[in-house]
Amino acid sequence: MPLIAYWRCFVGILAREGLRFIHQRERFVSALVRPLVWLVIFASGFRFVLGVSIIAPYDTYIPYQVYIAPGLMAMIQLFNGMQSSLSMVYDREMGNMRTLLISPLPRWFLLLSKLLAGTAVSIAQAYVFLGIAWFWGIRPPPLGWVLVFPALVLSGLMLGALGLVISTLVKQLENFAGVMNFVIFPMFFASSALYPLWRIKEGSLFLYHVCQANPFTHAAEMIRFALYGQFNLISTLVVLGATGLFLILGFIGYDPGRGLLAKRGGGE
Amino acid sequence: MIPALDVAGVDHRIGAKSVLKQVSFAVAPGDFTVLLGLNGAGKSTLFSLITRLFNTQAGSISVFGRDIGRDPRAGLGRMGVVFQQPTLDLDLSLDQNLHYHCALHGMARSLADERITLELGRVGLLEQRADKARNLSGGQRRRVELARALLHNPALLLLDEPTVGLDMASRKFLLAHVRQLCTEQQLAVLWATHLLDEAGAGARIVVLDKGEVKANGSIPDILAQAGRPDLATAFQTIVGLDKREETA
Repeated sequence: MPLIAYWRCFVGILAREGLRFIHQRERFVSALVRPLVWLVIFASGFRFVLGVSIIAPYDTYIPYQVYIAPGLMAMIQLFNGMQSSLSMVYDREMGNMRTLLISPLPRWFLLLSKLLAGTAVSIAQAYVFLGIAWFWGIRPPPLGWVLVFPALVLSGLMLGALGLVISTLVKQLENFAGVMNFVIFPMFFASSALYPLWRIKEGSLFLYHVCQANPFTHAAEMIRFALYGQFNLISTLVVLGATGLFLILGFIGYDPGRGLLAKRGGGE
Repeated sequence: MIPALDVAGVDHRIGAKSVLKQVSFAVAPGDFTVLLGLNGAGKSTLFSLITRLFNTQAGSISVFGRDIGRDPRAGLGRMGVVFQQPTLDLDLSLDQNLHYHCALHGMARSLADERITLELGRVGLLEQRADKARNLSGGQRRRVELARALLHNPALLLLDEPTVGLDMASRKFLLAHVRQLCTEQQLAVLWATHLLDEAGAGARIVVLDKGEVKANGSIPDILAQAGRPDLATAFQTIVGLDKREETA
């Protein structure tokens, strides 16, 4: 298959995800409302409760809503990744996934294209959120808007790949709500998205280590640093490593020979 | 002649249950082969193996001489598939659905446009090209799925219970269209069904029952094997339905 065929395939998958997203307006609105509720209501309420000292990448004291904005961008991507995974389980049950998997292009490429397409959607959501957040005083430097792009690509891919792995583990759509509770909430709350880790350390050393081991913490930190024109090497390496691991597990899950789908067998 | 599809000694287990046992048959170019079996006979599992959703555990499946296990892409590129479940994206237009399929096969946009016009025209839905799939009837959606399966010019067409839930007119249309493709384009077709009347004259029959091929041949061969005058009673004899009825 020539390279151009791969490109056409990728563009086709990207276009479909984009069209699906445009047609599901409520999904777009809820993807924006969720972080905005956190920013506008939650952050206002906790503004004077949670003091944030000067920590990197910030060089001054910052209001609480400025602190949580990057974490909320990561949250958008976390929800998007889980939503893609939900749609993969749905597509698999409904048969749509099969139309993708019978393409003559390699399966890893098809799944990666689907993940990248989902990531593109989540990046668009994150930028719209950032645009609205500007009116609430979230004003990162102009360069930050550019530098955060690769960080969003990487974190979106990691969270999408995590969703891919979950979609291979979930047998039926009905089981998904439980997984959401066991994945989204622990990942989000046991991270640096809402409070800096030194605050958690004061409360519980064990929890601090849990937060440090959580790849979502590193996605949020990578985005935070990039948004303020800095580079967080450790977080980037952790996100890269987690992305690689989740991708491998996801590809194995969808491999017809080794995957969990194969172990469950065909449906009559 | 190299068969379009060659299923040889395929065994498949799901957990401890054996769902396919030594399944062997071939479909030649131009053949209209009906895979006949009751619900639960193993038809969909066999389709999952041919389309590489799962690996073949034992035996081999070849498409135009290429083992699908060793060279899956060569096989998948030459086959078109209509799945049992509806697989159109209802929120997208017919055009968008079909362009998506063409992209998955790496086709250029101009070629895709040309092929979509041709295949949608053949199933009589060219005017609805810009309509959302949601606005079509069940029969029309099936026709679009058939047109979609043919966009990349496959030489082997697989249809898994394509007429389930369709009215008489839609069933007749689908069947006639596919039979015409067999004759005119030498398309090899494997049509899985539990509806006996879909096996018309000239069809080859593979009877699958509880994961085993119980009969394989032309309709006269099947009638001779069962010693019955018509396909309905022959099928009942072959799968033991008549005995089950007697004991009941």
